[in-house]
Amino acid sequence: MNTIAGYNFAYLDEQTKRMIRRALLKAVAIPGYQVPFGSREMPLPYGWGTGGIQITASILGRDDVLKVIDQGSDDTTNAVNIRRFFARTAGIATTEKTEDATIIQTRHRIPEKPLSEQQIMVYQVPLPEPLARLEPREAVTRKLHALADYGLMHVKLYEDIARYGHIASTYDYPVLVNGRYLMAPSPIPKFDNPKLHMNPALQLFGAGREKRVYAIPPYTKVESLDFEDHPFSVQRWEDPCALCGAEDSFLDEVVLDDAGGRMFVCSDSDYCTTRQAAGHTGSQSPVAKEAA
Amino acid sequence: MNAPHIPMLPGFADPVDDGQRVFRALLDALARPGTVRQLPGLQVSLPRVPAPLHVAAGAVLLSLTDFETPLWLQSPGGELAAWLRFHCGAPLVAEPGEARFAVIDSPATMPPLSAFAQGEPEYPDRSATLIVQVAGFEPSGLRLRGPGIKAECCIGIAGLPAGFWRQRRDAQAHAPLGVDLLFVAEQAVLGLPRSTQVTQADEDKEN
Repeated sequence: MNTIAGYNFAYLDEQTKRMIRRALLKAVAIPGYQVPFGSREMPLPYGWGTGGIQITASILGRDDVLKVIDQGSDDTTNAVNIRRFFARTAGIATTEKTEDATIIQTRHRIPEKPLSEQQIMVYQVPLPEPLARLEPREAVTRKLHALADYGLMHVKLYEDIARYGHIASTYDYPVLVNGRYLMAPSPIPKFDNPKLHMNPALQLFGAGREKRVYAIPPYTKVESLDFEDHPFSVQRWEDPCALCGAEDSFLDEVVLDDAGGRMFVCSDSDYCTTRQAAGHTGSQSPVAKEAA
Repeated sequence: MNAPHIPMLPGFADPVDDGQRVFRALLDALARPGTVRQLPGLQVSLPRVPAPLHVAAGAVLLSLTDFETPLWLQSPGGELAAWLRFHCGAPLVAEPGEARFAVIDSPATMPPLSAFAQGEPEYPDRSATLIVQVAGFEPSGLRLRGPGIKAECCIGIAGLPAGFWRQRRDAQAHAPLGVDLLFVAEQAVLGLPRSTQVTQADEDKEN
């Protein structure tokens, strides 16, 4: 695709890229620490992934292949628009295949296929401060991070158990990075938390409105907070994916009619279509239906 | 006034792409400490840099520094200072502690690591990045562990003063504060963020 004239490569000017690049290098050097950066106005509103877009624009090169997912899907509005934005402003190749991408920008999911050392994950983050809902003053949360005082969060998790019998967070589940910094993994389902741990890929997080970037280097220890008698666990479903039969993926509930009909399908669209192409079927597959 | 006119050396041939390529190599170098990587394409994009810089050090400065980054040079020569002012616009500072980036061309006589900005407890990112020019890299001598390293990796760095690693280990008592190191030799770079634990293979004895 031809690039739009009048913009620098990948939209941002070079000085802005340098500033973000310096912040990213510090973020990598201090795993889980939120580095402030001068977030720019982007041609789409805060909340649409401006933090992730600015990181992608700063690291992107002409040889990169970009994949963008929104809740696991390659074809929702946010994903399609961001992919097209970079195809137009940088002229780079895009893909929907997880294994072909060198940079994967994501809103709230980690692909089901394992990542490689050659890949970089870029997360769009709405609220980078894991303690924000417990302590709104940044001056205080900074001090708590400086002292590694995360008692507030443990009390919150304990109160969940006292009230509901289990830890009630199912997404944006707090993690401790490299045994030091408490970090918000962005609103990924807690199902994806184990993939953060010792991942071969570099993981970068960008919050545009809150003006913070942070990172998890490859092969870094990431623990989900829990208690000895209430260990961390992930969601499980009773049925496999209705389209590809996968039993190991994160499933979305899809309402089929107004009579209570519903099915569960993979949220990772590339994973699901790859499996379907390989001949896997589920209860709602066209083939299975014909046979029935 | 009548000094002979020395034509200034050029910067990157293509600031956008060359800067991006160098940055990605540095991002990778700090994300995977202990791996030596050659900065790509420097023969074409940056054939020469002013003495005493190594080519890789020049490339790092061109890709990361600008008017926002106070820079400290161990050997602030006239040609080098003029080149940096023109291409990067970085303010040169006399005190190591004021710098965001520092270039060490002679590690034997470098100031102690504690002379550089270590960051603040609430803002550990406000620390210096040191570009240390060394004689070269060897396959062994140091054992590295920490984020970015799968289990353990071995590497050697030639030309560092005695006591350097003990100094760095002492500084790590203040983690997560500390300086981040980029070792360069000719066109190669090795990253050593503050989070990496270094032990000497021939341990016990000093240094």
